[in-house]
Amino acid sequence: MAQLVFFSSRSGNTANFVSRLGVDALRIPISPDEPMPAPDQPYVLITPTFADGEGRGAVPRQVIRFLNDPGRRALIRGVISAGNRNFGKFFAASGDVIARKCGVPLLCRFELAGTDHDIARIRDGLHRFWRETCLTTA
Amino acid sequence: MKDAMNTARAVPAAVNWNRLQDDKDLEIWNRLTANFWLPEKVPLSNDIQSWSQLTEAEQKLTIRVFTGLTLLDTIQNTVGAPALMPDALTPHEEAVLSNISFMEAVHARSYSSVFSTLCQTSEVDEAFRWSSENEQLQAKSRLILDEYDSTGHPLKKKIASVFLESFLFYSGFYLPMHWSSRARLTNTADLIRLIIRDEAIHGYYIGYKFQRGLEKLTESERAELKDFAFSLLFDLYEIEGKYTETLYDPVGLTEDVKTFLHYNANKALQNLGYEALFPAEACKVSPAILAALSPNSDENHDFFSGSGSSYVIGKAVATEDEDWDF
Repeated sequence: MAQLVFFSSRSGNTANFVSRLGVDALRIPISPDEPMPAPDQPYVLITPTFADGEGRGAVPRQVIRFLNDPGRRALIRGVISAGNRNFGKFFAASGDVIARKCGVPLLCRFELAGTDHDIARIRDGLHRFWRETCLTTA
Repeated sequence: MKDAMNTARAVPAAVNWNRLQDDKDLEIWNRLTANFWLPEKVPLSNDIQSWSQLTEAEQKLTIRVFTGLTLLDTIQNTVGAPALMPDALTPHEEAVLSNISFMEAVHARSYSSVFSTLCQTSEVDEAFRWSSENEQLQAKSRLILDEYDSTGHPLKKKIASVFLESFLFYSGFYLPMHWSSRARLTNTADLIRLIIRDEAIHGYYIGYKFQRGLEKLTESERAELKDFAFSLLFDLYEIEGKYTETLYDPVGLTEDVKTFLHYNANKALQNLGYEALFPAEACKVSPAILAALSPNSDENHDFFSGSGSSYVIGKAVATEDEDWDF
């Protein structure tokens, strides 16, 4: 079995998405003063995107801090990123950055808090992904 | 007894950006100021040849659509963003709203840059006259302005503002995205994309502040505001439907534009923290328009929508933030 780790800012969009997904998930805290979660099994990371017009700052700082720890980073298997198509070519760019940095696939992207259609396809996609990942890395 | 002195406004506290009540204010301030731009940055004159290849009817449509957008930006610049200031929850929010107000002035000003680069003065004057007389354009402006001027619940102003920022612009934004997908007016489309990017942050931020305000209310007050929001959206949608038909029927694009309206109406509701109104089938925006909105971010490197065996591990993004340790 595997798990989800996510970050959500005070806007709560990603938290809203994760709660509708109905899967247990560890939350990376908003405040740098709170302790980071400690995943003990492979996980998929879900994160929003905060990029400016040049793509800078795409990955929330707390997510970078979470991934900077080699132990936590070793267990990431894939990333799902949220964003808004209004940001053009940097739509959900945090997923691209994390995928490249960590050498894991960008599984998919969704807008804002996701539509019901996004929930269905991502739930389904996660099932397939874990099945395939377990077969290849077990 | 009230005298003149008692009704004088209180001296505001000097805004201290090193003491934040809400980190979101600084985050959005930084994002908006980093994204600052002026229309002079976009080489609009490269579109002169492309403009000359549009038919007369297509040119007229484009100018009219842009005057309609100019009106919405003008309202948001001079009335909308300032109307939200008295209800600000923090002093920093007022500063962010002043940035939003000014950028709306930049947006309104950029359409005139497009006009002076591509169009004849007489055509533009005609279109501005049209915008001041067009029934639907006036009606939707009226609905929004009435909320800005209302003495009702202050959160209703934010609802109206999010609908303007995240819904009403899109019957207009559709057209330059459509032209761009046909390799026409591509520099103008670049300018519009800058506006679209700004409006996304405005809608997100005002919607965020709306939700913070909502947290302080009772269940029944929240229910009343939700009813109000959906009812206002219905009214605006009815006007937008007619506006869309008037403009786009002659070029056969009405249904495609309406799909785009549904998609954006749902996003506007999400900014307010509400569920979707339009079902997924009604929101299937054509891939060409989505690609025009967010170029180079199509789905081919998306593991879930592909076969599962071929995907790219992240495209190159120019983001080397110093916070990374690896």
